[in-house]
Amino acid sequence: MKKEILKLRDVKVHFPIQAGVFNRVVGHVLAVDGVDLDIFRGEVLGLAGESGCGKTTLGKAILRLVEPTGGEVKYISKNEEETEITSLEKKEMDPFRKKLQIVFQDPHSSLNPSFTIFGSLQDPLKKFGVKSKEERRKIIGDLLEAVNMRREYMDRYPHEFSGGQRQRIGIVRALCLEPELIVCDEAVSALDVSIQAQVLKLLMQLKKEKNLTYLFITHDLSVTEYLCDRIAVMYLGRIVELCDSEDLYQNTLHPYSEALISAIPVADLDKQTKRIVLEGDVPSPVNPPKGCPFHPRCPKAKDICKTDVPKLRKYSTNGKEHYASCHLIDLPEIT
Amino acid sequence: MAKSSLDKKFDQIRKREEEKTFSTKKRSRIVSKFLNNRLAVIGLIIFTIIILASIFAPLLSPYDPMRVDLRSMRQPPSFAHWFGTDSTGRDVFTRVLFGGRVSIFIGLGSAILSAVVGIAVGCYAGYKGGWIDVIALRISEIFMSFPQIILVLLLVSITGQSLFNLMAIFILTGWGGMYRLARARMLSLREEEYVQALRSFGLSTFTICYKHMLPNALSPIMVNITLSTAMFILTEAGLSFLGLGVPLNIPTWGNILNVAQDILVLQNYWWMWGPVGIVISVFVLCVNFIGDGLRDSTDPSQQG
Amino acid sequence: MESKDNIALSVRDLKTFFYTNNRCNKAVNGVSFDVEKGKTLCIVGESGCGKSVTAATIMQLLPTLSRIEEGEIKFRKNDEIINIEKLEKNGKEMREIRGSDIAMIFQDPMTALNPVYTVGFQISENLKYHTNLNRKQIREKCISLLSDMGIPLPEKRVDEYPHSYSGGMRQRAMIAMAMACNPKILIADEPTTALDVTIQAQIFELMDKLKKENDTAIILITHDMGVVAELADNVAVMYMGNIVEAGTADDVLRRPTHPYTKALLESVPVLGRGKNQDINPIKGSTPDPYNRPIGCQFAPRCNWQTESCDIMPEISQINETHQVRCHKYEQFFEKYNEKRNSKIT
Repeated sequence: MKKEILKLRDVKVHFPIQAGVFNRVVGHVLAVDGVDLDIFRGEVLGLAGESGCGKTTLGKAILRLVEPTGGEVKYISKNEEETEITSLEKKEMDPFRKKLQIVFQDPHSSLNPSFTIFGSLQDPLKKFGVKSKEERRKIIGDLLEAVNMRREYMDRYPHEFSGGQRQRIGIVRALCLEPELIVCDEAVSALDVSIQAQVLKLLMQLKKEKNLTYLFITHDLSVTEYLCDRIAVMYLGRIVELCDSEDLYQNTLHPYSEALISAIPVADLDKQTKRIVLEGDVPSPVNPPKGCPFHPRCPKAKDICKTDVPKLRKYSTNGKEHYASCHLIDLPEIT
Repeated sequence: MAKSSLDKKFDQIRKREEEKTFSTKKRSRIVSKFLNNRLAVIGLIIFTIIILASIFAPLLSPYDPMRVDLRSMRQPPSFAHWFGTDSTGRDVFTRVLFGGRVSIFIGLGSAILSAVVGIAVGCYAGYKGGWIDVIALRISEIFMSFPQIILVLLLVSITGQSLFNLMAIFILTGWGGMYRLARARMLSLREEEYVQALRSFGLSTFTICYKHMLPNALSPIMVNITLSTAMFILTEAGLSFLGLGVPLNIPTWGNILNVAQDILVLQNYWWMWGPVGIVISVFVLCVNFIGDGLRDSTDPSQQG
Repeated sequence: MESKDNIALSVRDLKTFFYTNNRCNKAVNGVSFDVEKGKTLCIVGESGCGKSVTAATIMQLLPTLSRIEEGEIKFRKNDEIINIEKLEKNGKEMREIRGSDIAMIFQDPMTALNPVYTVGFQISENLKYHTNLNRKQIREKCISLLSDMGIPLPEKRVDEYPHSYSGGMRQRAMIAMAMACNPKILIADEPTTALDVTIQAQIFELMDKLKKENDTAIILITHDMGVVAELADNVAVMYMGNIVEAGTADDVLRRPTHPYTKALLESVPVLGRGKNQDINPIKGSTPDPYNRPIGCQFAPRCNWQTESCDIMPEISQINETHQVRCHKYEQFFEKYNEKRNSKIT
């Protein structure tokens, strides 16, 4: 019933650090360090974590905007054909570029200031075989209407639009080739709260209309709770918890997720809880701590956490799969 | 407390705003900022006058710049000869007009062509990086590590004097600066999200780099073109004064100045070198004013 | 009002206009509020509502092409009352107030510290100027400030450069700098927007502690209603240069009476309300500051708009603490209470 669209196996993105006269490689930033993740067709998967945890890099690695240094990303088409896309040549990658698209965070840098909306959106269409100009105008016009904007706006320049409108144009760009999966990289984080809600609602509506799958990358756990079916929490390049969105809030297993949830300010005086304040900062991804990467900040850390790296194990809460990587979970592991 | 001029200006604007009588005419911010810069506007006007005068030189002057007229040698300025005549009786005003054609052509032409070369290499190298970038960067550094005037002198003496040799040499020595400018802009534009979006569609490097990114890198390059135009005109004048620029039979501003090498001319016949010297200085000054005006008006961090 | 001893800063009918590009932007258009000692006032609003301009006006840190048009900013220094708006922008008195009596921390800790000086040096600058301590005492004070802010190994850290500090630590160093002379008022302009939530939680703990221990009045500028709920004693909601609703946190968050406040609260998903919570976007977008609506600025986006909204509504006092700027607040208030009561029963 649930079919995968993407399978990530042990994906790694390591950026070399160069130094000295001869640009010798002196170390690596382990931005993404071994991620296994299945994304199912038609779901909204949230990818949450603090800055520097590798969530954006992982999103870009899927689209090969950043080349993964290890592991596999498999795309499974509707007729269940599997293709490993990280090893494809540039030309061979084209059909998959059509299926996977991205919406960016910053509405100010995401549109080319020297072109009209039509001008910057038409080249991808041209490339993927929409030859006549009328047809291209029709596709872009229809999409603009789908995101509640006027058709005529395609002949205007980006500086004439507000942040929320630009973000919608960014969504139009992602939609213009009828993709199957859209990576939303902090798509609403830079918007004002009143506009944020408009864009969130729009994303949900488009998902229903066009049978989309979203990988929703954000640092804001209150947005993921509202929007996502499943949530993966990342810390220092690894997934520490992956489960159904409601379970993450009701049956939190990993101490990091727990602290993260408690730290979010809630705009409701009746729901104030005690904050768990973590000590210190996120360690550098250049040389992450030995053992569990979270142990130096973890209030519950034991000796085993300092030596052994916990694996992402499968548990069951509320009758649903729940993955977490912590030594201190009391639940029986499911194999 | 007396109101400062700024306060008065504020009062005016506020009054206009409250009466809703502010101009709603939509003029681009860059244009209006440029027009507010008085020096730049004056520069632009004089620049235009000099260029038009050079282009329509045959209509403005009844004389032939090349024709020797021994009956009217070394005449001081008069109604017949505005800037006087030179040692062979040629009208200096006519020669300045016709000389402007060649000098401006060399200056503007070399600046634009070296910009074209610099941009073509710089955009690709800046966007793509890798070995192309390393090689181009090193070559430009080699050119820039010689004093430019000596390099030009050396090349002129090797290739010989001609208009096109001179331009080729100017382009060869001038593209490095443009290349570095274009490359630096591309390096920062490369991280913009719209470029990443284009990459996520798998568009070709050529389309992304020259079609989508280049227009956003142009404004500093335009400024640089105006400034290097001025520099090339000066270099040309300097070389021709030394007798190493354009062949002496072609009138250019530098060649007209060449007569001032003679101490007799310098002391006694000021009209042979004075007016042309002023024209060169004024023209270069105007071009620099325009360049500064362009830079200020295209710089979004400056408000006004 | 002036007789009240517990009011540290009182702003009355403040107007600050900007004059860029030959146009006049009424960025702050008649704002009044009081800041009490040892209390936090949160100024909430979206970008462009004038909240940061209000803060910059209090500090007289406005750009050249702007000025204070009208209004009063009264600052109580010990027993005298100083009218800040009458002081010269860079005069001696203003500079004395800045840093020692009123201090400010900024949004981006990454750019707010000078990378070429050590953190200790930057903190001590403030002390050198405003106090009579000698070098040794200044250094000791710097170290004790850093340790108060929860920076580990302050003796070592005081001589380090900002680049070796992480974002959260830089913001702590900024707060240390601001708190160096025990200011009466601390203005924090979106102090945690650039930081991660776990770091944000640390900074909030710190600010709460400072408020309680030093009796500092805090003006916290934010766009996040969650932050308001966590930290605020009093709240002022701003929209397009006006305060549309003000009151205690309890007043504003539990009984929002202005349609804008209510819409803001309903437009963000709230953690713990689950997947089926209802969020209602506010229609349209914030108007162009050069082309403002006539009368109530929120009217074009408001669901309750009537003809009377063409006139800017006056401030209405609902109870002792709660103020609102809306013509129809009474009806709105009733309807909201009805809905609330029916929900409860």
